[in-house]
Amino acid sequence: MAPITNEQELQKTEFRWAMIVTGAVTVLFAVIGISSFVMALHPPSHVESIDPATVSQSKEFAESNLGTSVDPDGAVTVRIIATQFAFVPRCIPVPQGKPVTIRVTSPDVIHGFLIAGTNANTMVVPGYVAEVRTVFGTAGDHLMPCHEFCGLGHSEMWALVRVVPQAQWQTDADGKARCDISR
Amino acid sequence: MTYRADRLILAHFGVAFAAFALAILLGAWQMTVRSGLEPAFTSPEAYFASVTAHGTIMGYVMPTLFIMGFGYFVSVTTLDRPLPSLRLAWAGFWLVIVGVAMALPAVFSGKATVLYTFYPPLTGSVFYYLGLVLVVVGSWFWVGLMIWAMAGWKKDNPGKPVPLAMYGNVANAFLWLWTTVGVAVELLFQVIPASLGWTQTIDIGLARTLFAWTLHPIVYFWLLPAYIVFYTIAPRAAGGRLYSDMMGRLSFLLLVLYSLPVGMHHLFMDPEHGTGFKFLQMMLTVLVTVPTLLTIFTIGASMEIAGRLRGGKGLFGWIGALPWDRPMVLATCLSFVLLGFGGFGGIINMSYGMNAMIHNTSWVTAHFHLIYGGTVVIMYFAIAYEFWPKLVGREPLSLKPIRLQLWMWAIGMVVTTFPWHILGLEGQPRRVATFDYTNPMIAHWQNWTIVSMIGGYILLTSGLLFVWNLLTLYRGAEADRQMHYAVAVYPPHRVPSALNGFDLCNGLVLFLMLMAYGYPVAQFFFIKDYPALVHRVDLGN
Ligand SMILES: [Cu+2]
Ligand SMILES: [Cu+2]
Repeated sequence: MAPITNEQELQKTEFRWAMIVTGAVTVLFAVIGISSFVMALHPPSHVESIDPATVSQSKEFAESNLGTSVDPDGAVTVRIIATQFAFVPRCIPVPQGKPVTIRVTSPDVIHGFLIAGTNANTMVVPGYVAEVRTVFGTAGDHLMPCHEFCGLGHSEMWALVRVVPQAQWQTDADGKARCDISR
Repeated sequence: MTYRADRLILAHFGVAFAAFALAILLGAWQMTVRSGLEPAFTSPEAYFASVTAHGTIMGYVMPTLFIMGFGYFVSVTTLDRPLPSLRLAWAGFWLVIVGVAMALPAVFSGKATVLYTFYPPLTGSVFYYLGLVLVVVGSWFWVGLMIWAMAGWKKDNPGKPVPLAMYGNVANAFLWLWTTVGVAVELLFQVIPASLGWTQTIDIGLARTLFAWTLHPIVYFWLLPAYIVFYTIAPRAAGGRLYSDMMGRLSFLLLVLYSLPVGMHHLFMDPEHGTGFKFLQMMLTVLVTVPTLLTIFTIGASMEIAGRLRGGKGLFGWIGALPWDRPMVLATCLSFVLLGFGGFGGIINMSYGMNAMIHNTSWVTAHFHLIYGGTVVIMYFAIAYEFWPKLVGREPLSLKPIRLQLWMWAIGMVVTTFPWHILGLEGQPRRVATFDYTNPMIAHWQNWTIVSMIGGYILLTSGLLFVWNLLTLYRGAEADRQMHYAVAVYPPHRVPSALNGFDLCNGLVLFLMLMAYGYPVAQFFFIKDYPALVHRVDLGN
């Protein structure tokens, strides 16, 4: 930059730098805006509450309704309970290349999960149903650790997501998929 | 300067760094556990108690005490008048000490293993929370004294610009006051009643939102002393002048404004908030980069002035001409470089969409260790090396071990955090004690974890060398006890009142906070939500 000869000169340089800063911030806005809208990477944000004390008595999160189910119209929904210190169920089959809706809640404390190698990631907060929508591209097993401290057993809280190629994808008569029948 | 508060300041710094030494020891041990090397005491109980202690000391105890001591030093040296009340300052100090003495035993006895972020419904011993409340209340004494000191000086010096370092210092006092509101409300109205057994349930959405209120600006509270030093000490240490006093004031003001209404970027992955306010706070987060970019420019220009005054020529020749042997110059440069790495990671974190790849993975741990350890703490070292000789009247024996210590810290930070970035992208969750490396899907994580553990031991060695460097200072030659601050190229004669006080600033903060948090907090009082049952970790359930 030019050597400073007087105060006006200094202010001019400052002004030029302010323009550069404005430009940089505009670029940042654009990058973040585009990555949020165009790539449609939306974090789980539909506020849906549920009473944590009666989660297991609810129709949706009753033990028999957990896991992966395919509706008659073909929509795939995974329902999971995150509880100290396990996910129910522990193995979750999903079809490759199809939209999947994952719905999770906790009856006790805060948990969270990510599915390694994918963008699926959410906090699981008691009192709310967290919903994540995603499409699994690569077939194979993906680890699904609990990623928020939930107590002394937290390190042991892992599940497995099994992405099954369409050709091998099978469900039972009720539209439920299980890890031992699809592989 | 005629007025001093040496013992007060040394007491703050002394306790801050003693706690710091303990916390880095815990940090290195935690990394050893995570690497699967099974060091002594490996157990989930010990690991998570250690993580709680490490976070509590590094987040609440060390920086708060350090910043209080720093503020007292800046106040007496820039205003050249005594503190408004030395007695209240000591009272604040002792409140913090009592608070620490209550909180840490609760943590080490395993009765408060909730991590420093609390995250109810997990609830620990009431002594842990009450101790932290005392730490915060003690720091509010400091806030009051700093505001009072500036007001007194302004009254006696009407129309004159408040010295830049003091202006930044009071900016930080106000920032801290605003910052602590969230966590104070969470602790006093939600967590402490639960830990006393008065309430059996907690509104988790509200608790998380209040904590997010605090969790972002607290980082800027830690950071502000570093920025103050960039503007008011580093240019002089380099042998030059501050390029622009006004840029400093503007940056401090913007740091207060933009660091507060943005904490919900920590809740992007949370189900209790809708898209709208997450998006709004993300956009406000982008603005936090403005004061940092202004600072990079102003300090770069100030350093250029210094380099050219020392005979540096050409486009980059001035860089080589800087006095790199001086710890302050070296630390400033290292701090900027690590801020660059940490800032890059942060931009990913704050991106509403991209955050999904790395939320709650080791990537996040890497990011905030780079900002906290790399940018902030390295400047705390430099500040201690600058102030300690003035406080005890002794010159360091040699600058060599000081430079070595700073280099080791910066290298240790890189070695520790770069593997965490990689592991985070691969989905390694943070806050996990041990991994099953016999699982072929994650077996390859172990090597990177071991590399970062080695980084942890480099940091530990550097931290201990830092303590050693301060202790050996007492054997040094007599030092000049006068503190000199950098002078601006064109020292201001008058500054607009908005940049000489905080009335407008606080008004704007109030407006922004109402806009950013008004609905997100209020919603919990009218949407149909259900509280969670309290889980008492201190009672074993
Ligand atoms: Cu967990
Ligand atoms: Cu933040």
